[in-house]
Amino acid sequence: MSALLSTTEKVAHAGATLRGISMKFFSKNRHNVLPGFGLTLGYTVFYLCLIVLIPLSALLFKTATLSFGDFMAAVTAPRVVASYRVTFGAAFLAAAINALFGVLVAWVLVRYRFPGKRIIDALVDLPFALPTAVAGITLASVYAPNGWLGRWLEPHGIKVAYTPLGILVAMVFIGLPFVVRTVQPVLEEMEAEIEEASACLGANRWQTFYRVLFPVMFPSLLTGFALSFARAVGEYGSIIFIAGNMPMVSEITPLLIITKLEQYDYAGATAIASVMLLASFIILFAVNLLQKWSRRFAER
Amino acid sequence: MNPIGGLNPKKERKPGAELTEPAPVRWLLITVALAFLALFLLLPLAAVFSQALEKGAEAYFAAFSDADALSAIRLTLLTAAICVPLNLVFGVVASWLIAKFDFRGKSLLVTLIDLPFSVSPVISGLIYVLLFGLQGWFGPWLSAHDIKILFAIPGIVLATIFVTFPFVARELIPLMEAQGRDEEEAALVLGAGGLQTFFRVTLPNIRWGILYGVILCNARAMGEFGAVSVVSGHVRGSTNTIPLHVEILYNEYDFVAAFAVASLLAMLAIVTLVAKSLVEWRINRDRQPAPGNE
Repeated sequence: MSALLSTTEKVAHAGATLRGISMKFFSKNRHNVLPGFGLTLGYTVFYLCLIVLIPLSALLFKTATLSFGDFMAAVTAPRVVASYRVTFGAAFLAAAINALFGVLVAWVLVRYRFPGKRIIDALVDLPFALPTAVAGITLASVYAPNGWLGRWLEPHGIKVAYTPLGILVAMVFIGLPFVVRTVQPVLEEMEAEIEEASACLGANRWQTFYRVLFPVMFPSLLTGFALSFARAVGEYGSIIFIAGNMPMVSEITPLLIITKLEQYDYAGATAIASVMLLASFIILFAVNLLQKWSRRFAER
Repeated sequence: MNPIGGLNPKKERKPGAELTEPAPVRWLLITVALAFLALFLLLPLAAVFSQALEKGAEAYFAAFSDADALSAIRLTLLTAAICVPLNLVFGVVASWLIAKFDFRGKSLLVTLIDLPFSVSPVISGLIYVLLFGLQGWFGPWLSAHDIKILFAIPGIVLATIFVTFPFVARELIPLMEAQGRDEEEAALVLGAGGLQTFFRVTLPNIRWGILYGVILCNARAMGEFGAVSVVSGHVRGSTNTIPLHVEILYNEYDFVAAFAVASLLAMLAIVTLVAKSLVEWRINRDRQPAPGNE
């Protein structure tokens, strides 16, 4: 019993020492009395490593086993380059469309009163809540030649489903909430005084908008644009049903990764995936910088 | 932290407190915005239900009596039942750490927690193929011991945990940061223990955020398609989740059944949106003092 006790004491003591060291190294809480720093830090880091970091590092290690020549051959094959062009090009256009309409929707939701406003506001998050496969099949059926919209567009020679235009439509759909939800809080916080000052100094409404209000919301607009772009680049489920998936024409990069996997070309799939992962890290980094910038902007 | 899908309780602006545009401009902007939303959001949502009910209620319900559909629903429920509690515990622990303490590398940690959001769902599935596939790190060992992870239920669960990893944490972190640590410190000074403080003081403050985080995490766990599609192997009746079952039905041109099953997921999405509005309304109400106390 006493041996057991002393072991527990030893463990407790060692734990305390260890915690003391880790506290000294990591913690900046000199006057914080709240308990659980060591425990929550340990568990968070452990679970993060187990679920996210170790699996993601598998991708990097697998890429590192490829020779440079094989890697370059895999990521610069004509079919792969064509898929980058389709994916990144459509994602850029979709993000631009979302930037324009996102600002409009955010403006209308914050500034004006109209019936059904609360429902519309809630509905903006639909692309975030609706499973991508459902979005995919329903967009494909709406824009198919006999669909609700397709049958009106088809006689005018506009084919949406099974063309690159369909990819654009799906990307606009899934990226829609991003710009609205980043710009909306900025518009809500905006002081009425700056507009009044602008009006007093003789600006008309349009001048006030693009000289005074637009610069204030610009960092958040760019953030929303980047988030919408990033989401569209990685998107798979809502696009493949409407895209037609023709190699060189309407094949997106995520689909190409799956195609390679189905052919047991793990090296090729990994190489392309690492290019996409790098692209999304660059976007994530840019978004972080943008958010720092906009916070500084807001404090000024 | 990006706020998409995040709670965003509105500050009601006082009408007439600011300058505004002439009425025709106002109505033009409202019309264009609503037309855009109707075209891109409302129409597809309505199409799901319209297509599902195209051949009447009987055909609609027939889609759910199919054995494969039932097994897909069971697997989806099982997956969510494993993923949501795990990510809930993580979310609460991580947000306690991030909101209540200051430490080195905090912003890096927050960025890493958000990481699964920036990774394409296809890549989220691929990494598990690289880990557990036959040519993967653990593949040879697993096959020697006859343990199936990839193209089986454990793979689906793991990929779903990865994809839904940040959901609860990212709802709670901003909420707990906004609440600060005064109330917990007061409880501790008055003699409460750590767990007592958490359950009596912190938990009541964040319960609505937890509820919304769980609903969002659950919706994504049930609806995830890309990542699950890579690791599932698409074995009908055993490794198909609801979204994968929808895909198979759609590719077999069984549109009524595909949209009928899809309408389940669409209803889940609508419930998520309603829950979000309710939780925002609750948080707003809790924040404003009761009329008598002013």
